[in-house]
Amino acid sequence: MSTMTVLQAVTAALEEEMARDDDVVLLGEDIGINGGVFRATDGLAKRFGDDRVIDTPLAESGIVGTAVGMALYGLRPVPEIQFSDFIFPAFDQIVSEMAKMRYRSGGEFACPMVIRTPYGGGIRGGHYHSQSPEAYFAHTPGLVVVVPATPEDTKGLLKSCIRGDDPVIFLEPKRIYRTVKGEVPDDPEFLVPVGKARTARGGDDVTVVAWGAMVHTCLEAAQLAEKQGIEVEVIDVRTILPLDEEALLSSARKTGKVVVAMEATRTCGVASEVSAIIAEKAIDSLQAPIVRITGYDTPFPYTLEHVYMPSAHRVMAGIKKVVEFDF
Amino acid sequence: MTEQLLSVLGADGAVKRKNRPSLTDEDLLLLHRIMVRTRALDERAMLLQRQGRIGFYVPSFGEEAAYVGSALALDGNDWISQSYRQPGVALLRGITAETMLDNCFGNADDIAKGRQMPVHYSFRKANMLSISSPIGTQIVHATGIAQAMKIRGDGGVCLTYFGDGGTSANDFHTGLNFAGAWKSPCIFACINNQWAISCPLERQTGSKTIAEKSAAYGMPGVLVDGNDVLAVYEATRKAVARARDGDGPTLLEFLSFRMGPHSSSDDPSRYRPGELEAEWKKKDPIKRFEAFLTKESLLDKEQIEAIHAEAEAEMSEAAKVSEKKPAPTIDSLFDDVYADMPPHLADQREELRGEGSDHRQDADAAFPL
Ligand SMILES: Cc1ncc(C[n+]2csc(CCOP(=O)(O)OP(=O)(O)O)c2C)c(N)n1
Ligand SMILES: [Mg+2]
Repeated sequence: MSTMTVLQAVTAALEEEMARDDDVVLLGEDIGINGGVFRATDGLAKRFGDDRVIDTPLAESGIVGTAVGMALYGLRPVPEIQFSDFIFPAFDQIVSEMAKMRYRSGGEFACPMVIRTPYGGGIRGGHYHSQSPEAYFAHTPGLVVVVPATPEDTKGLLKSCIRGDDPVIFLEPKRIYRTVKGEVPDDPEFLVPVGKARTARGGDDVTVVAWGAMVHTCLEAAQLAEKQGIEVEVIDVRTILPLDEEALLSSARKTGKVVVAMEATRTCGVASEVSAIIAEKAIDSLQAPIVRITGYDTPFPYTLEHVYMPSAHRVMAGIKKVVEFDF
Repeated sequence: MTEQLLSVLGADGAVKRKNRPSLTDEDLLLLHRIMVRTRALDERAMLLQRQGRIGFYVPSFGEEAAYVGSALALDGNDWISQSYRQPGVALLRGITAETMLDNCFGNADDIAKGRQMPVHYSFRKANMLSISSPIGTQIVHATGIAQAMKIRGDGGVCLTYFGDGGTSANDFHTGLNFAGAWKSPCIFACINNQWAISCPLERQTGSKTIAEKSAAYGMPGVLVDGNDVLAVYEATRKAVARARDGDGPTLLEFLSFRMGPHSSSDDPSRYRPGELEAEWKKKDPIKRFEAFLTKESLLDKEQIEAIHAEAEAEMSEAAKVSEKKPAPTIDSLFDDVYADMPPHLADQREELRGEGSDHRQDADAAFPL
């Protein structure tokens, strides 16, 4: 075991997979000599060379599009998009090409590749360094969408994704890159399975569903609730597409009260999908309407970021709402 | 034109060519003053950032001649579609330092209502578009604006600024291609500071110059010494005249150097040698122009020092004023998403109004933006 940050877990996963498999290559802006603007690829160009840690020209469609080509030829590219807010020039390559390749070729071609990208708010980044775009990708068949919340999961999930055969959008919660530390197994074969949720905290009274940095906000909220005698179960979904329905439903059936919390804007967000699944399949167990605690339906602001971002207190208000609900 | 560097001013400020631009003494002094004020603004803002009083800043050290010289070649009615690194253009167009710092502080007087990060200005009254972070998006807007001017027949032109990194963006290709096909009255002004964060020019493109890319779009390209404010002015003046005459777009490459970090979050010592910075420091465009102004007896050493001191005092005063202003109101979060607020946003505003202040998060700073 080693203690590391989320960011160090990213680097460790990349380094181990590159050492294991020569076909794993990284490409992106400023990832070579600069080590990435967050330093996620620090030292990797030195160890593996410019051919496998490729500094690209400034074009996300080029980064993803050439990575698709590399994947089609048999490499395992791991492109980095500097901020998920800058992924949109590559949207066509992701949605029209990468995601549909296997299906449209009758299984002849595939794009085993992992697009890593920091996402989310809380760093005073304004509109274009703060957004949570997971819903755009979760709406695209053929993609796998993964969001880790701990160093252990970051390493284990990223390694599984690199070894997997489907294209992945791997969203890294940059707010907790350096603030969340934890124990991570050193075993290079340590993997965390894609598609499985995790119970971040057990409890019988209320289920709170979250992913990424919000998991930690929800754990804080759970402590606030505990002081009022409410036992909260926090489910960290870890994989947004495909969702671990069984984990969501069994917790919802146990507690009968569900809050879904996310940073992203509310309308048509992943919280809506989680709510719909629970409402469709576990309505008979619910004792209160499902509550969503989310970002507001505005662009992500700069000065008012602290108002916009769901806080532990806002999640707590949602918890109270489901607890106090009276039919 | 695309391989030979156009320059007028020698390193010592001597005018190389007989055909020195026909600028009045007032204009020459204006160019100087704006460049000095911009430098002072950048220095003040970087200091504010280091002191934790503003969250972020993007300085433009070394690039002042490229954007101030080119902007002076436009009329006030011409539009500008810029990136985040040409602060002096706004000063030239009469925007005050206080207004700009209001944006950096994200306060209630900020035109963009504190919604964007620092240096993402919007100055409609100066015909300057709202600045975006995503690289290159403004290039194609410029083509659209220029074409709209042509459709209306009002004789305007649009100039767009972007970096060497920006030439790799899809919108660079699209913007130039459309403008070439339409013969739009558009000026594409690439400020080639030779770096896109850590990416040097030779990794950005296989072309020898940016200017030569113009050939592929059927427009002239001109490689200009971007640290020579007179050459920049002259090249832009010609491109503007050409656009106004209905002869279509031009690609200008202003070859310069990013003397400072990419932004307040960047550490250039990780990726480029200090000697390179020292070498370019000798080519400082303000010093070079001052050598010229001195030679021409337009300013003496004392007057130059006074202009710098005045600019520094102006920026320090503006910062004091801006810093005292309150934050935007919480209600303002929901304004301007649409022309009229739809019911779901009105509901969300109500929801937020009902919450106590402990529902709000404390935000952190110091990230590599
Ligand atoms: C689409 C997009 N990708 C990545 C970024 C992150 N980024 C911000 S500035 C920058 C470099 C821009 O270089 P250049 O165009 O040369 O302009 P300069 O900063 O040198 O003025 C990068 C990669 C971004 N803002 N937008
Ligand atoms: Mg540049």
